[in-house]
Amino acid sequence: MNNKQRKMLTRIIIAIVMTIALQFFELTGWLRLSLYLVVYLIIGYDILKKAWKGILNGRVFDENFLMVVATIGAFALAIYEKSGDYLEAIAVMLFYQIGEFFQSYAVGKSRKDIAALMDIRPDYANIEKDGKLEKVDPDEVEIGDIIVVKPGEKVPIDGVVVSGSSTLNTSALTGESLPKEVSKGDEVISGCLNETGLLKIRTTKDFSESTVSKILEMVEDSSTRKAKSENFISRFARVYTPAVCYGALALALLPPLFMVIFMGSPLSFSTFETWIYRALVFLVISCPCALVISIPLTFFAGIGGASREGILLKGGNILEALTKVKTVVFDKTGTLTKGVFEVNACHDGDDHDLTKEREKLLEYAAIAESVSSHPIASAIRNAFGKEIDNNRLKDIKELSGKGIIAVIDGKEIAVGNDKLMQQQGIQPCRCHLPGTIVHVSVNGNYAGHIVLGDIVKEDAQQAISELKAGEIEKTVMLTGDARKVAENIAASLGVDEIYSELLPGDKVKHIERLIKASPKDAKVAYAGDGINDAPVLGRADLGIAMGMIGSDAAIEAADIVLMDDNPRKIAKAIRISKKCMRIVWENIIMAIGIKGICLVLSIFGIVNMWLAIFADVGVMILAVLNAIRAMYVRKI
Amino acid sequence: MKKSFKIEVDCANCANLVEEAAKKVEGVKDANISFMTQKMKVEFEEGADPETVMAEIIKKAKKIEPDFEIL
Repeated sequence: MNNKQRKMLTRIIIAIVMTIALQFFELTGWLRLSLYLVVYLIIGYDILKKAWKGILNGRVFDENFLMVVATIGAFALAIYEKSGDYLEAIAVMLFYQIGEFFQSYAVGKSRKDIAALMDIRPDYANIEKDGKLEKVDPDEVEIGDIIVVKPGEKVPIDGVVVSGSSTLNTSALTGESLPKEVSKGDEVISGCLNETGLLKIRTTKDFSESTVSKILEMVEDSSTRKAKSENFISRFARVYTPAVCYGALALALLPPLFMVIFMGSPLSFSTFETWIYRALVFLVISCPCALVISIPLTFFAGIGGASREGILLKGGNILEALTKVKTVVFDKTGTLTKGVFEVNACHDGDDHDLTKEREKLLEYAAIAESVSSHPIASAIRNAFGKEIDNNRLKDIKELSGKGIIAVIDGKEIAVGNDKLMQQQGIQPCRCHLPGTIVHVSVNGNYAGHIVLGDIVKEDAQQAISELKAGEIEKTVMLTGDARKVAENIAASLGVDEIYSELLPGDKVKHIERLIKASPKDAKVAYAGDGINDAPVLGRADLGIAMGMIGSDAAIEAADIVLMDDNPRKIAKAIRISKKCMRIVWENIIMAIGIKGICLVLSIFGIVNMWLAIFADVGVMILAVLNAIRAMYVRKI
Repeated sequence: MKKSFKIEVDCANCANLVEEAAKKVEGVKDANISFMTQKMKVEFEEGADPETVMAEIIKKAKKIEPDFEIL
């Protein structure tokens, strides 16, 4: 509770106590009126002030004005009727203030809860100075400085480990607790929790450019990008408030005037009395606060809850658009597959499996590729699995786009693709398996080939089936890879359409075609790993960048960033968005529905002031509680 | 040029109205208020002086919501 809220709570309590106390005294006349007015002023002076300022500034029709007119009207009626029933006016103001207090408390609380969910901002960085650790503001650390991260601390800035080894917990970033082993030479990203050992890290980015800052900036900015339904509500409120004010005025004047003119009622206040009272009730019910507060609150809670799950949404508009996605397009490498190669088979020149010579083939290839950092090279080294003796390697020549020619144990070994073989004057064997083929020749004679495949992610198949279970009509895979490989993977995952052997520019064309082909309110989402596909991410209705680690361009271009590279999060993001939009509509329908019914009833005098205030404050409280539900998305 | 300000605004509807008003201030290209995060983002026109523009925004905002404050 902040100061303002505490002050408000005190005023509410004083007003309640005084009101109850007043019920025990038989007071009449001026004394009674002035005591009730004191209570009224205690509870409502700020509303009076705001309404007055509003009038001075030419902004007449707001909720403060509604409340002031309704309560002063109730006082005036009680004075005129000499009933001494001032309780109604006090109650209206009191409950209105209780409602406002509750709303401000609930909003403040969820603001704090959501901020706590995203509590990844590091407060300090440790820098070693003269053998002592010193805590400094992360902003002051420069690129290339060495920072020290102790066990139990968060990594404050992106960098590379220079000494030490430890386990990092990425759960604050990705929503999933996957411990990651790091040691010297590994890249670490800020926001991870260092669990076991002391790490010294050389920073590679400024704090403001580090992962943590990027994420926080994105989450904080997200609520300024408003959804259509948010804008709808503010437009609605602008028309609605003046409309109900004029409506109330008409209700107070027209029916009694009608009765005077056509039914011969006397032109006196008593004719108007009931209608004025009904008009005041009408005003109290009409207050639009339930709608105005609950909708931004729902979006905020939804975006906050999603970010805790490692799903960063760039705004309420994105949340809204997600519910309309009908086509999901995937990039293959790095999105559905790990982008890591694995040796699937080793064949001889007749395309038969090698047995005895398999080891020899892999050994030559592994030694030849021992200095290469290409993913294929490391896959071959992994498949060979033994220590590589570099002394056997002499005279290595790398032919870009073809492969490697090296001298190993005095023999000339060529390791590479079809083109390399043709250059060597060898006819390469056509393999029957899908995948990337690496041929090996020894002294100009064909020795065999290695078949490598990209590994499909464990969750990829489930990701596709979850999407299909959730109203996605079409899944598409785009890839630059060979047709045979693409078809193989698509079939195993259950993807509906594939387009293979694409150049990067072709992907944009395919997205444009898909957007054109789908109906206007059906959105096309594209999920890629953000490497080389920023233009595609930008062109799709919804760009989803996966495994954001280290790709600024992708964060800029994408609408949604998945912190880890689990494709199942796409279906989850859609489910979260649907939950949020359902809550938004529940609140709109509930608020407008209940208020509409009460408004109509009040015209016929069925609803009195007490019911009116409960309709107003009660609906608001229900709407706020419902909105907060959007934050809880862990299990959906 | 874009700048972000921490603000205090008490009601969601006022936040919407202040946003509208701020957008109309001369020298403002775009303005956005998040009631939930209590933040205002203002994008200034080329050559506009942020300080005078902000003073004008605050003046307009106070008229709508007397409790509006830039922290």
